[in-house]
Amino acid sequence: MTVTTPPTRVAAASPRPAARRPNRMRAWATRAPLLPALIFMIVVTQLPFVATLVISFFDWNALYPDDRHFAGFANYSEVLSTPELRKSVWTTILLTATVVLVSLVLGLLLALLLDRRFRGRAAVRTMLIAPFLLVPIAAALLWKHVLFNPEYGLFNGILHWIGGDGAVQPDWISEMPLIAVEASLIWQWTPFMTLILLAGLQSRDPQLLEAARVDGANDWQVFVHMTLPHIRRYIELSVLLGSIYIVQNFDAVYTITSGGLGTANLPYTIYQTFYQAHENGLASAAGVIVVIGSIILATFALRVVSSLFRAEVSR
Amino acid sequence: MTATLTTAAPRPSRPRARLQGAALGIAAWLAGFLFVLPILWMVLTSFHSEADAATNPPSVAASLTLDGYREFFGAGGGASPWPSLINSATASVASTLLTLALALPAAYALSIRPVKKWTDVLFFFLSTKMLPLVAGLLPIYLFAKNTGLLDNIWALVILYTAMNLPIAVWMMQSFLSEVPVAIIEAAQIDGARLPTILWRVVAPIALPGIAATSLICFIFSWNELLFARVLSGVVAETAPVFLTGFITSQGLFLAKVCAASLVISLPVLAAGFAAQDKLVQGLSLGAVK
Repeated sequence: MTVTTPPTRVAAASPRPAARRPNRMRAWATRAPLLPALIFMIVVTQLPFVATLVISFFDWNALYPDDRHFAGFANYSEVLSTPELRKSVWTTILLTATVVLVSLVLGLLLALLLDRRFRGRAAVRTMLIAPFLLVPIAAALLWKHVLFNPEYGLFNGILHWIGGDGAVQPDWISEMPLIAVEASLIWQWTPFMTLILLAGLQSRDPQLLEAARVDGANDWQVFVHMTLPHIRRYIELSVLLGSIYIVQNFDAVYTITSGGLGTANLPYTIYQTFYQAHENGLASAAGVIVVIGSIILATFALRVVSSLFRAEVSR
Repeated sequence: MTATLTTAAPRPSRPRARLQGAALGIAAWLAGFLFVLPILWMVLTSFHSEADAATNPPSVAASLTLDGYREFFGAGGGASPWPSLINSATASVASTLLTLALALPAAYALSIRPVKKWTDVLFFFLSTKMLPLVAGLLPIYLFAKNTGLLDNIWALVILYTAMNLPIAVWMMQSFLSEVPVAIIEAAQIDGARLPTILWRVVAPIALPGIAATSLICFIFSWNELLFARVLSGVVAETAPVFLTGFITSQGLFLAKVCAASLVISLPVLAAGFAAQDKLVQGLSLGAVK
């Protein structure tokens, strides 16, 4: 019955006039289980975005609620012309790009290592995934206090062990704040990249690889001509998912530098603009800009995911 | 197969290939060790006394103590973490249950008995996940403030459900569509009704997937900081918000910081190790099998 009818056939079948009423009822019965989730999502996620959009056109400081008035695009031009706000746009791009690319390259190298058979592979895999499983703020605290601390952090301790009493003891966070934040995020996200790429590597056809080797292809040729094209979609997927999660990062910036020293990204700036500066209109305009950026990103992401998804459905 | 291939295509020098294999194995071990080292160091530090934790060069062999953990649980007169841990558990479990209650019927409508244009609906769910939640934070805050839901754990439950629902629908859809149609048809021919089919046929096959989905929802809710920071205060403080108290902590509390971070990460570490493969599949929204 309808249970087994594939969606394409349902779409193609033209409803006979006599059976229209029961058909419509059946269509609603089919749709009903979907409605609670759909309505919930629209109310909780879409309505706030609409509200943000409306607020972004108002000059509205929460400390002076009576002075609220329509401001047109003033908030947008202020966001784009205030040096700090403009810088946070740039910081977000730089932070996301660096973290995604470095963890992608490291993740690919690790995935290639883990794709080989060796003693204790399962143990190494478990070790690698651990950074990803630490609660993000715990990971940020670990980097801030236990690793980066200039007086008793592990990094300077290792430098001390190697170089003796005269070893250089950098103050990592104040000397290289953005790199400090990026390092902690790369450490957390490389395992994610590794696991997705490893899934891609292991879905290759081993017989095809053997055949290439029989034909005399060396490791590098197999990698460039067979492995890379095969895992291209997995690479795209990990880049896009990584970008979506890292663009939204708040925990690491908030914890390690508290947005200071030029590390404030957009999520942190939005948080600060309305939570500490109470500039509701300005924060909303910044929020809308993040949404526009994300829509651009998401358009690519959805295309990649849907191509993977179609391959899945047609299989 | 492999045997014939090796004879057909002899590698240049077998000992060299084996040596190379061993070297790459060692490299993998080394990489794994480097990645886990900060966490191992954290575990070690959490068992040191504050004085031993704050030395340079660090002492590996210092005597072990549970003082860091005692301090964390409030022995030294600090705030007890228990209310925040209980809040986190409540918010995570409740939002996971609510997510499942909403996602299961939706996934059923999208896979086993697909509605028209089901892929469009699926992509709508996904698109909500790609909009940064921070952009909706202000209206949500204002709404909570005006309705008295500020500092209320149930406001977080609703938001965490919205945060996880798209992923849950996607994962569950992919797990439910693994149920072979032939089995369902056979059950129908045998005269089984919908509840029986769901309970006897679909559930057993989809159960591991449902369990994995729940674990992922739980992990994300437990980890969440931004909404908890903005919407909770004294009463509804969650464990990650409790950890923010350590952001500016100075040297003397290093062991306590480590103990606190590890205790609060423990549920996630346990859940994550239990569902390693499914975790990747879930995070990649079911696109990677």
